[in-house]
Amino acid sequence: MEFLVALMVGALVAAAVYLMLARNVLRFLFGLVLISNAANLLIFASGGLTPEAPPLVPYGAPAPDPGVANALPQALVLTAIVIGFGLFAFALVLIYRGYQTMGTLDSDEMRLAEPEDAAK
Amino acid sequence: MTGLLLPLPILIAFATAILAFFFRKGAEARWISVAGSALMLAAGAVLLAEVLASGPVAAQMGNWPAPFGITLVADTLAAVMVVITGLTAVAVSVYATADVTREMEDLGYHSLFQTLIAGVMGAFLTGDLFNLYVWFEVMLISSFGLLVLGGRRVQMDAGIKYVTLNLISTILFLSGIGLLYGVTGTLNLADLHFAVQSADPGLVTVIATMFLIGFGVKAAVFPLFFWLPAAYHTPAFSVSAVFAGLLTKVGVYALIRMFTLVFTQDTGFTHGLLLWIACLTMVTGVLGAAAQSDFRRILSFHIVSQIGYMVLGLALLTPLAMAGAVFYLVHHIIVKANLFLVAGVANRVAGGNELDRIGGLYKGAPFLAFLFLIPAFSLAGFPPLSGFWAKYVLVKASLDLQLWVVAATALAVGLMTIYSMTKIWGRAFWAPHPGGQVPTLASLPASARLSLLLPIVGLAAITVLIGLFPEPFVAVATRAAEELLDPSAYLTAVLGERP
Repeated sequence: MEFLVALMVGALVAAAVYLMLARNVLRFLFGLVLISNAANLLIFASGGLTPEAPPLVPYGAPAPDPGVANALPQALVLTAIVIGFGLFAFALVLIYRGYQTMGTLDSDEMRLAEPEDAAK
Repeated sequence: MTGLLLPLPILIAFATAILAFFFRKGAEARWISVAGSALMLAAGAVLLAEVLASGPVAAQMGNWPAPFGITLVADTLAAVMVVITGLTAVAVSVYATADVTREMEDLGYHSLFQTLIAGVMGAFLTGDLFNLYVWFEVMLISSFGLLVLGGRRVQMDAGIKYVTLNLISTILFLSGIGLLYGVTGTLNLADLHFAVQSADPGLVTVIATMFLIGFGVKAAVFPLFFWLPAAYHTPAFSVSAVFAGLLTKVGVYALIRMFTLVFTQDTGFTHGLLLWIACLTMVTGVLGAAAQSDFRRILSFHIVSQIGYMVLGLALLTPLAMAGAVFYLVHHIIVKANLFLVAGVANRVAGGNELDRIGGLYKGAPFLAFLFLIPAFSLAGFPPLSGFWAKYVLVKASLDLQLWVVAATALAVGLMTIYSMTKIWGRAFWAPHPGGQVPTLASLPASARLSLLLPIVGLAAITVLIGLFPEPFVAVATRAAEELLDPSAYLTAVLGERP
């Protein structure tokens, strides 16, 4: 199971890098989304994928029975997904506003903050 | 009581952010922000006093015992960083009362600023790796907001670069956390200190390199610094100042924390790599500064070169070098924030930041020129200012290890810093204004003049104070360095006594 997930992480990263090499900023953002999902899967896989019982605490017991799945990677991934969602929503709006004000999505043409004739 | 002391600075920052958000349409928000920052500074001072008196303190959130719950912990370094963050917050929020426009305030500038400070405080105080990631995100998302607040075209351009590059570093950091958890089964920093010793050393070194790249982007070290000079010169001046002072230093702090507490197995490789990075960062930063012709862009490149000095202290890993790194961290936050504040006043009175378009500041505003010289000379390392002692300690540490080339590089970079500072001095202050006008401080409104100049005078006074009486500051830095190199007190504070 880990092997298959590892393959998937690799495929996602490869696709992400391909997208991020594009000059189009929107494609770059899609690449970022892919690679962040790859990172989430990576946490999930490295935490250990086991076909164990769900990590539920029986009524009245102080701790779950032994032999349950590790719940921590899921908690971590959940947090990371929420944070990632917020960041990507922001980045998408930012790129949209950038497109509106600069009229381009080509990163080579975005030279306002670093004009080519500034270094002299 | 110590249990409350640790989360207090973070809670104050969040409470101020919420209050300021409700009052954002009125003028109250700016004074709420100032008051909140002052409270934070006070809370930080109490925390530092506590740590200096009785060693590292730790608190477990939700009363879960150490490796399972989220730990907040402060050793000397963390406490010092909290105090200096509070100080910067006070200075910048006073400055912001006159610098930030009505429109930005309506959009929630003060709330974003306080959330940013909360993120920075959290990152300094946490003792848990995943929690560190969360604080980084709190800090990042508010810095994104501050950077594009105002919405000028140049800010959009800078924002896109800043946001995308920071997201990449965040993803690398997160992947590193995932892999480290897979290898060790814990995320508590103190627990990790023990856990990595029984892990596969090769694997740990790979993960260490991932962290090095992830934090390296945040700290803007060579060759990962390009987003910084592309972005830091575009937002409002008070935003620039707090970014320049604090944000990159959080990256440096994270590097210091991880590479003294957790990744200390293969120091030949990791710290050797850090030494190369440090030297190249110093040189490229200062060369970049020499090539620029915009006030704030020169200062932005200086941040990069100065980061090199701090990483140098970490790379050498001797008690003296670590003390130098800590001292440099504190000195640089004060000086750099101050320089950006001066740039803001210069922009106001002379009407720009392009060195070609301004001038005559020495003639029209000699007091401002004097205030510029103090942090500028301190940054370059002139005695008797704070920068001299910081550089002296680091050069001495590299000479002790007989690293002649490194010491020579550090000294040469200091000289180059003076060269690019004279460029600002010569063209913005000394040369006559190209438009023929004489920029004077009297052209500012009287109320704004006080709020703008008071923080600059205060920070400059601290710089001079550290320079004239360095002993207590060096003593605290030395103590922080000792705790970093021998973390047993830190480990006991977090985990309790170990057999």
